[in-house]
Amino acid sequence: MAEVKYLSEHYDKKEYRSLEGYKKHGGYEQLPKALKMEAAKIIDEVKAAGLRGRGGAGFPCGMKWGFLPNNGEPRYLLCNADESEPGTFKDRVMMERAPHQLIEGMLIAAFAVKSHKAYIYIRGEYTGPAMILKQALAEAKAAGYIGKNILGSGFDCDIDLFIGAGAYICGEETGLISSLEGYKGQPKLKPPFPAVQGYLRKPTIVNNVETLASVVNIIRDGAQAYRKYGTEKSPGTKLFSISGNVNKPGTYEVPLGYKLMDLINNECGGMKPGRSLKAVIPGGSSAPVLTAKECENASMDYECIASLGSMLGSGAVIVIDDSNCMVDVLSTISHFYHHESCGQCTPCREGTGWVEKIIHSIVHGHGKAGDVDLLIKVADNMKGRTICALADAAALPVTSFVTKFRGEFEYFVANRKSMVKPNGANLGDAHVH
Amino acid sequence: MFKLSAEGLNYVQSELTRYETKQSAIIRCLYRAQDENGGWVSNDVINALSEAMAIPAPQIEEVATFYTMFNRKPVGKYHIQVCCTLTCGMMGGRELLALMMKEAGVKEMGEVSKDGLFTFSKVECLGSCDTAPMLQINREPYTENLTFEKGLKLVQDLRTKGGKLESQISKEL
Repeated sequence: MAEVKYLSEHYDKKEYRSLEGYKKHGGYEQLPKALKMEAAKIIDEVKAAGLRGRGGAGFPCGMKWGFLPNNGEPRYLLCNADESEPGTFKDRVMMERAPHQLIEGMLIAAFAVKSHKAYIYIRGEYTGPAMILKQALAEAKAAGYIGKNILGSGFDCDIDLFIGAGAYICGEETGLISSLEGYKGQPKLKPPFPAVQGYLRKPTIVNNVETLASVVNIIRDGAQAYRKYGTEKSPGTKLFSISGNVNKPGTYEVPLGYKLMDLINNECGGMKPGRSLKAVIPGGSSAPVLTAKECENASMDYECIASLGSMLGSGAVIVIDDSNCMVDVLSTISHFYHHESCGQCTPCREGTGWVEKIIHSIVHGHGKAGDVDLLIKVADNMKGRTICALADAAALPVTSFVTKFRGEFEYFVANRKSMVKPNGANLGDAHVH
Repeated sequence: MFKLSAEGLNYVQSELTRYETKQSAIIRCLYRAQDENGGWVSNDVINALSEAMAIPAPQIEEVATFYTMFNRKPVGKYHIQVCCTLTCGMMGGRELLALMMKEAGVKEMGEVSKDGLFTFSKVECLGSCDTAPMLQINREPYTENLTFEKGLKLVQDLRTKGGKLESQISKEL
């Protein structure tokens, strides 16, 4: 099986961005259908479809919706469009090409979880997509899809756009909530989980862009038809963001379970001439790196990638060829996590700083004997000791890069130069601070 | 002493009631005030917003310092933010940044060029890895699929044209 345009069927049509164009291709036909259903029935359908959160954690969406307490408090639906995991850009494509698909999905989800107020939290740098969403929200409001008594159903729902201002941590759902509340985007202790106490301590559901957009197709085709794609435990299709040293980087929709090497060789046109595959980061910068050998039989579903000791994450595939120095690649990742640590928990704030310092000194030829082991030790001490997963996300690439490409790290320390780029050209973060 | 314009004050008033709590309006109001102050958030900006929003200044300052898109120091007319994370790092983002800085005549990141036109920052993943290397000028839509040649030409064009940007999208958000 090759690329399947299930969610992205009409993404290549410019008119699909507008309300009129979206409707021409079947848009806003599922909302009236959903509004006539029992809310619980919609949740059951999403559960039966086995839709798993597309933001990174892969948590079953229907189950998340089922955690809301019946305490009569107002409920909020938040769309996580903070998309900041290095390597990930599929939500941007969805918002740019199909803003109404997201809005329709959100309205169905809001009806299912009985929320009358929803926000799209979009990262501040995404001004292009934010303009498109702003326009689409205005169109949907004018057409009566958003607001009071939607399509005569008696259901009210308002959707507003909230624009962030640059912070990776706001993609973590409780960090996102802190930011939406007007504070620093620092994550909160769980429990209570957002479904119980989220935005303004009210029951809140936070779902990724792609997750919410997928709901439209589940209502259209039903859970069983949705399961036609993907695997038993990872049903459906997924948009993968592929970047790095391939001929045709981009966003490709394939069924979950699709072979990684087919994705690279078929959809992405293979490696650059004369180059060979060295490694792949399969699920965004937080995911442990896979060696070329590990990629051979890898299939892109949550279970297979987990069995290889990594994570499918947000579906961000970074392809690394043999021209890259792994010490150098890790240096940009470690700089990223140090920069993005919110500073709340000591193991993360200090650990990300030390990891960056050690790698920085190796890359600049000042590495000392024992530094490679020290990296692993610091990374191990960061894992599982903090409020949110950022520290683990920062530690996992360190452990996997150093363990799987240890020879390159040892060589760099011993010879004060890269094994791959001995002349030092293009090497190192010359502009760290 | 920074003062919000009359329209700016109206904007702040309307944003204050847009969300469930007025605290949630801080980010939007900071963007507005930063724009009115030539692209950066001075202490005066924070005090002016504190007064207009009736929110203690430290609460506004903590937001202004936490998020990278608020500049706590003056920037040039074109704040060029080059992505250098992971894929962009692999595809030449760091070298591109260094070349563009040299062309613009600045030595350090965060520095304003003598002609007042340019400030450069190395930024973290902007979510456009398939078009690496890439950059963002101010809050405009991205400039993508760059090469060293295109990057140099961009600096030259911005300088000779008096550097008019095609759009001013951020003003509408």
